[in-house]
Amino acid sequence: MSFLEVNNLKVEFDTADGVVSAVNNVSFSLDEGKILAIVGESGSGKSQTVFAMNGLLDHNGRASGSVKFEGKEILNLPNSELNLIRAQKIAMIFQDPMTSLNPYVRVSEQMAEVLVHHKGIPKSDAIQQSINMLDAVKIPDAKNRIRMYPHEFSGGMRQRVMIAMSLLCHPKLLIADEPTTALDVTVQAQIMQLLADIQKEFGMSIILITHDLGVVAGNSDEMLVMYGGEVMEIGKTEHLYSNATHPYTQGLMSAVPRLDDTADRLVTIPGNPPNMMLTPVGCPFSPRCKFANTTCSSQTPILSKVDNNDHYRACHVAIEDTL
Amino acid sequence: MSEHTILQVQNLKVNFDVSSEGDMPWTKAKKLQAVNNVSFNLNSGETLGVVGESGCGKSTLARAIVKMVPADSGKVIWFGNDLLALNKSEMRQHRKQIQMIFQDPLASLNPRMNIGEIIAEPLRTHYPKTPESDVKQRVKDVMNKVGLLDNLVNRYPHEFSGGQCQRIGIARALILKPKLIICDEPVSALDVSIQAQVVNLLMDLQEEMELTLIFIAHDLSIVKHISTKIMVLYLGNMVELANSDDIYTNPRHPYTQALISAVPIPDPSIEKNKKLILIEGDLPSPVDPPSGCVFRTRCQKAQDICAIEKPEFKEVSNNHEVACHFHD
Repeated sequence: MSFLEVNNLKVEFDTADGVVSAVNNVSFSLDEGKILAIVGESGSGKSQTVFAMNGLLDHNGRASGSVKFEGKEILNLPNSELNLIRAQKIAMIFQDPMTSLNPYVRVSEQMAEVLVHHKGIPKSDAIQQSINMLDAVKIPDAKNRIRMYPHEFSGGMRQRVMIAMSLLCHPKLLIADEPTTALDVTVQAQIMQLLADIQKEFGMSIILITHDLGVVAGNSDEMLVMYGGEVMEIGKTEHLYSNATHPYTQGLMSAVPRLDDTADRLVTIPGNPPNMMLTPVGCPFSPRCKFANTTCSSQTPILSKVDNNDHYRACHVAIEDTL
Repeated sequence: MSEHTILQVQNLKVNFDVSSEGDMPWTKAKKLQAVNNVSFNLNSGETLGVVGESGCGKSTLARAIVKMVPADSGKVIWFGNDLLALNKSEMRQHRKQIQMIFQDPLASLNPRMNIGEIIAEPLRTHYPKTPESDVKQRVKDVMNKVGLLDNLVNRYPHEFSGGQCQRIGIARALILKPKLIICDEPVSALDVSIQAQVVNLLMDLQEEMELTLIFIAHDLSIVKHISTKIMVLYLGNMVELANSDDIYTNPRHPYTQALISAVPIPDPSIEKNKKLILIEGDLPSPVDPPSGCVFRTRCQKAQDICAIEKPEFKEVSNNHEVACHFHD
């Protein structure tokens, strides 16, 4: 039994213009204590995948498939049951720390509320535990700063508050949705370092959602590449960086400008991201893929094994041809 | 200054008045030094990259050069004329030659104008007597140049993707055949695969049209890729200025070193063994900057003198300038 097992997850949204399928047949599993990075461009469905797992989809969205957490099916559970899992076992931090904190409420109240609600402990104890947690995420002078409002913190500090808040109930799985995208590189480095330290200290699993391949490289054990709502390639991070066999993964990796590189031109992926309003036929990447053939535009490729390093990809083109 | 120098910025200062909550109407507003004593020369065909964290004054610097925000003191010498001393109508003559591209591609396009009108607007403004057929032709030409199909002229901005909108913004900047384009975070809002397309396009156009660029971004990898020289700003102050390769292989200022070390490299074998120089703490308030060296509060090398004396911005080796008492 895996710690987390997602099978054929599908997310659809009803919109005025028709049904949008944001996530299509996504399957992956995660072991305890590991960090999985989900990588993809905007609109690839990476956030909706985890929102669906947590029952956080918008009212016009619906999810199908299966999400098993510690052996128990949690997809589409009613809120009353999900609330026993959320925060206590699965916690989440979001991209923009300012909009995810309530601007009218002191940090102390917002943090204590989590513990009072989920653990039923007295508020004074809850505040004390919150202060300890702020100390753990290295917020200086936590005792006094906990009485401040979110706007009195800088962006990096707010993200630390969010991380502290998510850790209050000692969750087993932390989902970080683009935790450093809104931050400067120097602050990003601080936050990623903090997440790594905390992961070691608490021994939890992390799902890290990001579009930054640099962040993935230094901070994950496994990675999953998404495009157009589908899984393109999945494997161990180190293995995948040197052995990417899916044309999209290859394209993505060569399109990133590198600080240690002196190439004159960037390698580009021609074309534009897919329009998710159109029901995908075949491989979503085929219109932009230089290896695409007629099969690619008519049949959806199935995730299949590449080698014995837990490396899978969904592509019709033979591996030898893409190397 | 060489004969190819087209732009000289000398001791440029931009201050903003800020009043805080609870101030009385007669309370004197505080000065926020957004850009403090910035000087550089730009030669024809070069690309100057400007990097720094948010709030370091990169965008204000760009806007002050084209007088979109008023500068307090200093000079901006464009082909021998000090732009800051010119009046509005004199300035207009020079604006044709300096164009801008902005960060948010959709927000910088008027949603009620179609693409043809948007791209033609600078031409109609600066050369109102251009015959309509010429305008149409020029719009078509420039659209082809930036990789947009010219049958899209009647569409509206919301019908385009982010990358295409940025191409429209570039087309609008190019139609006047400017000499200098100031790009303010032109690719920050774009996805990686689209970002690469836009950067390549800018580099191709630069070669083809002999453009000079000022390229502002917070992504150091992109800046390094496109720039010939790079300026690092911190709290409105220049901390280092050098050739692109030089600054990455041999950064001399502790802030530049930390900034470069913080950029993640997409290669697990390098990234997992990298020794990170972490900067502690947050950016100080620009309303109340530290005395002496502005970086001293977060600097590992800081000593007593850093709090007392502001380090001079001086050349430490060939074309490599640094403002630090204890530079490498």
